[in-house]
Amino acid sequence: MLTYYLGLSAILFSIGVAGVIVRRNAIIMFMCIELMLNAVNLSFIALSPYAGIEGQVFVFFVIAVAAAEAAVGLAIIIALFRHVESVDVRNFSLLRW
Amino acid sequence: MGDGIVNGAAAGFSPFLLGWIVLLPLIGFLVNGAVAIAARRYKPVPLAAASEEEDVAHRHEEHPATPEPIPATPPAWTKSLPTFVAPGVIALAFAIALVNFFRMLGAGDALPVIERYWSWMPVGDLQVDVAFQLDQLSMLMTLIITGVGALIHVFSVGYMKKDEGYARYFAYLNLFVFFMLILVLGSSFPLMFVGWEGVGLCSYLLIGFWFREKANADAGKKAFIVNRIGDFGFLIAMFLIFAHLGTLNFVEVFAAAPEQLAFGGAVVTAICLFLFLGATGKSAQIPLFVWLPDAMAGPTPVSALIHAATMVTAGVYLIVRSSVLFAMAPSASLVVGLIGALTAIFAATIALKQWDIKKVLAYSTVSQLGFMFAAVGIGAYVAGVFHLMTHAFFKALLFLGAGAVIHAMHSALHATHSPRDAQDMRNMGGMRRWMPWTFGTMGVATLAIAGIPPFSGFFSKDEILGYAWSGARGELPISQGSLFGVGGEVWMLLIGVLLAAAALLTAFYMGRMMLYTFFGPNRTGEAESPHLHEVGASMKWPLVVLGVLSLIGGLFQVEADVPIVNWFAAVAIGGPDALYNFLAPVTAPAAAVMAQNIPAATVATHPAWPVLLAIVIGAGGLLLAWYLLKPAALGVEGEEPDYRRAWERILHDKWYVDEAYDRGVVRPVVALSGFFARVLDRRLIDGTVDWMGRAAQSVGMVGARVQSGHVNTYAFVLVVGAVLALFWFSGGFAWLAAS
Amino acid sequence: MELDFQTSVDYFWALLPEIVLSLWAMGVLLADVFQKGSRSEASRPAIAWLALAGIAAAAVANVWLMTVTGTGGMIAVDGFRIFANFILLLAAALAILVSMGYLDRHAMNRGEFYVLLMFAVVGMMILASAQDLILLFVGLELMSVAIYVLVGFNRRDPRSGEAALKYFLLGAFASAFLLYGIALVFGATGTTDLALLAETIGTGVQDAPLLLMMGVGLLAVGFAFKVAAMPFHVWTPDAYDGAPTPITALMATGVKAAAFAALLRVFAVSFGGLHETWVVAFWWLAALTMIGANLVALTQGSVKRMLAYSSIAHAGYVLVAVVAANAVGAAAFLFYLLVYTLMTAGAFGIVIANARGDRERVSLEDYAGLGWQQPVMAAAFAIFLLSLAGFPLTGGFIGKLYILRAALAADQVPLAVILVMASLISYFYYLRVVIVMYMRPAPAADTHAGLTASRPLQVAVGVAAIGVILLFFAPAMVLDAAQGSVAGLFIAQEALFGLSRGP
Repeated sequence: MLTYYLGLSAILFSIGVAGVIVRRNAIIMFMCIELMLNAVNLSFIALSPYAGIEGQVFVFFVIAVAAAEAAVGLAIIIALFRHVESVDVRNFSLLRW
Repeated sequence: MGDGIVNGAAAGFSPFLLGWIVLLPLIGFLVNGAVAIAARRYKPVPLAAASEEEDVAHRHEEHPATPEPIPATPPAWTKSLPTFVAPGVIALAFAIALVNFFRMLGAGDALPVIERYWSWMPVGDLQVDVAFQLDQLSMLMTLIITGVGALIHVFSVGYMKKDEGYARYFAYLNLFVFFMLILVLGSSFPLMFVGWEGVGLCSYLLIGFWFREKANADAGKKAFIVNRIGDFGFLIAMFLIFAHLGTLNFVEVFAAAPEQLAFGGAVVTAICLFLFLGATGKSAQIPLFVWLPDAMAGPTPVSALIHAATMVTAGVYLIVRSSVLFAMAPSASLVVGLIGALTAIFAATIALKQWDIKKVLAYSTVSQLGFMFAAVGIGAYVAGVFHLMTHAFFKALLFLGAGAVIHAMHSALHATHSPRDAQDMRNMGGMRRWMPWTFGTMGVATLAIAGIPPFSGFFSKDEILGYAWSGARGELPISQGSLFGVGGEVWMLLIGVLLAAAALLTAFYMGRMMLYTFFGPNRTGEAESPHLHEVGASMKWPLVVLGVLSLIGGLFQVEADVPIVNWFAAVAIGGPDALYNFLAPVTAPAAAVMAQNIPAATVATHPAWPVLLAIVIGAGGLLLAWYLLKPAALGVEGEEPDYRRAWERILHDKWYVDEAYDRGVVRPVVALSGFFARVLDRRLIDGTVDWMGRAAQSVGMVGARVQSGHVNTYAFVLVVGAVLALFWFSGGFAWLAAS
Repeated sequence: MELDFQTSVDYFWALLPEIVLSLWAMGVLLADVFQKGSRSEASRPAIAWLALAGIAAAAVANVWLMTVTGTGGMIAVDGFRIFANFILLLAAALAILVSMGYLDRHAMNRGEFYVLLMFAVVGMMILASAQDLILLFVGLELMSVAIYVLVGFNRRDPRSGEAALKYFLLGAFASAFLLYGIALVFGATGTTDLALLAETIGTGVQDAPLLLMMGVGLLAVGFAFKVAAMPFHVWTPDAYDGAPTPITALMATGVKAAAFAALLRVFAVSFGGLHETWVVAFWWLAALTMIGANLVALTQGSVKRMLAYSSIAHAGYVLVAVVAANAVGAAAFLFYLLVYTLMTAGAFGIVIANARGDRERVSLEDYAGLGWQQPVMAAAFAIFLLSLAGFPLTGGFIGKLYILRAALAADQVPLAVILVMASLISYFYYLRVVIVMYMRPAPAADTHAGLTASRPLQVAVGVAAIGVILLFFAPAMVLDAAQGSVAGLFIAQEALFGLSRGP
């Protein structure tokens, strides 16, 4: 049973990774990262009965941290939107080489 | 200061304020540096600076800077303070060194004394202290550095009087002396390396003192890269020593080396060759000599102190200090001797052709350093140190004299705003009329470097040549060594011949320099020549003192058993063979190593003919210059002779002997050497550096392209890296390799 | 004081520096809010000095912590932590000092800048001292979230915002990898406690389950991202380039040092038994980072961006000490982080000083002739650059020497050779700046007149320069401290495995 959970978690994580690589919209990229974090949460919960209660504790920390990141991340995207009028990351390449 | 005196205290000798010898120049540096920073405030600042841009700059400032009225000229103390502090600290250090010297004379075997201050690098089994080692060798070097250094500081007071960077100049000069003293007093290879790097640093600072142009930037770069190659050798040697002996302190290394390393073995030979590579960088020997002539861009007293008397002799000091190691590696010693002799002749040929008075002296220094390396290479350590000492006297004098001449030329040319070159000998001539003191003292130095008895150079150079001839007859321990399968005495014969030829050329080019500078008609110009003048007291007296030293300096080491030389035994200072006896404790371990491993070196014989030959060579070179060169017919700067007409006129006019000589002898040699210099310098060093730089940059460009600026690309790179890492951690690579 | 973490009060004592700093930061936030006058008004140094006092208070608490011993908690109370904390507090203090004039000039002097900076430092300190993966993750995120905001702090500059977005997206992305790694390690071993992990894993590399190895690999990726090792460095140049320069300095020093401290703790101690596997991975990371970063740095025309690549290259040097993974290496590691913090913060300080108004002058040409018109500033910069290059007479030389010795003690000869070669390459780009400063004339006599170096910045640069020089001439004291600090780390490890690698 554990294998299925872990497999699902790995698939979700990979979907998140793929999303970050292929999507251009900063907000969607951020949602993909959230997906990755939640895939990890799934792993923690699935492993918890076997490995110990810390897994469930960890999930709460991750949720809190993800919320904080969301707040900061969206603020950054909005601040940048005011300059560029876009959330397409292809437009953000002042800094390169 | 100092929490432990390791040795010597039992014999009643304790060093007197040893730390202060080093500390005083540092204090001088700090004081002068502070003055230099303070004096900067008074530099006239163009009011245009406070333009609109400044207003924009201060837009966000609550308190916009109110311009304070700053006087355009710095107050007098910014000059008077360094004038007393800078030479003062060095003179004081010299006085302390003298006290130590006289106390030491009776100490004998109780040396070396090691005074340790704090633990510097304690890592595992590598224990290095900040500690100074006082023995006869470091004592002598300290006396030379502080003594000659003090004279050059005094000279600089006059020379740099009008320079706006007066305090900064003295700050650098004090700092240089500080590092130079660390170099010679340090009790371990790493501490010596600190001094080694420090003097290099000060050298760049002082070379670049006046110079902001591209050409000088290149010179600085070249000096830097060449010295890095040398440092690389030094560091490798240190690693080797530590790997095989487990220590880097001089006393321990030299005690352990004869027991733990095989005589003539690969390890000790490699150590010596890498040490020598380090020495060639700092002491401008083939192939790393290229930076020294360019270094002449700095102020002339700097050339006298750094590029003649002290820093460039650090390589010689290094080899004498490590004489135990070199004595154990006869083939490495022969390499040192051979490179030294080749450098001596090679640089001397180049000096024949130079018109810039400082360039003549620069190549002369390279050549004389070659003499010293030849001496230490054939195992004549005392002779090498002796020549180092006399050379410090007469070459410092020659540089300071040249500085005095340039100073006079400069003010003369400045008075009429002439664009001509103040250092070109074709613009000089007949200077002895205006500058009798300079002429007289430089004359003494010329006789000394040419090797005319009883001037100092005669004794030291003759001793080196004498050892070379002895070695050629198989009478020195190193004669028993071999290099490339050829016996040591053959190499020594070659070294002796090369040195003799170099001595002849030395006398010739020095005669030429004196002749073109001080004799014949004056070529400075009608309007300019009235402005020529003798230098002031602060510059004159150092010349006189150095002149006296150049005259009598040889009497510190009069060989008692060499004919002709021993005529001077009666007036020898401290008795015959004084320097030899003084340095005996330092060189004794090396001699013991050689005596132990080389059976039955025959007793040296001392025929009279080498001495006579040396005198003939010296006098002959000077006379040749006197009779062959005619300064009266010399053109002025920038007039290149028309060679087609020159060939016709050479039949009538004896003056073209110079040119004939030039085409027949000098030009091929110089062309050859120039070729080597070009190949080595431009193709090999510059070329390699450029090529490597370009290649590296192109690779870097490719790397930089990854930095496309797109987040998706970055994420992709991260994922690729992550996949590779996971593949490794999950054993994927091992699985691939297995299947 | 002896802590056994049986009661919660012990955690209060063990976390005293972090608690002091957190409370102080909240106090500063309140002080800023209740301050009279408009909050956007420029030139209010009081908040900055208050923040600096907080750093000092945390340092005092850290000194007190030296008298405390404790085992068994989620937070380590050992010499390594205390040494790392001092480095982090030093980095923070230098960053605050160089910020003062900078924020005024860029019209963004707002109190929350310092508050965020202090919270970021709390995160760093927790990251460096976490004895449990949960706490490690919390510390990491506390640090990262605060830094994301600070990178984008200059809201009027699109470059700052862009840097923040890139850093944020990639940072969160890498955090997810790290977290996944923690989950897998947790699943394989049933614990998140670093000491217990070491015991559970033992020394068996052969029979380590795939789950564990994947977890270790993902943790390695996450840490490699935070310390900016190639090829996980891609975010670094952009984030460093776009961020306000004082924050760049903090990222290059504090963030990197904290991540490195956690990396060493996790890998050398907890995964000590898997040494054979991860050393190879870090070997390649170190080699690639040293060569790649130095080569790319050669091509940079902007001094700020060049320094960003330089900081990547230095991560490679420090990784060599990690690869050595012995007590000498760990001592060299701490020593190098200290020198590196001083010289990097100092170098960025000069980049801040070489500015006119809110226009930073970061291109190489902007430094032409600086040596003649601003000699003190240029001399300090030359000291930092030469130290970064590892030139003798500077602390950077001693640092590299120690790392070399550690590498040789661990028989990592090829890596030592790569380190030397990479340093030689680095001479070119560091010296290019020195040469430009001293040997290329300035376009005009007043090009560099009236540069705006604030007094606190001068203090910071002066302290850093003196420190760099002192660490060459008298490194023994710091090195003794570093050796003493890491002793516990490795004694514990050796007691567990009976291993001793190298002297």
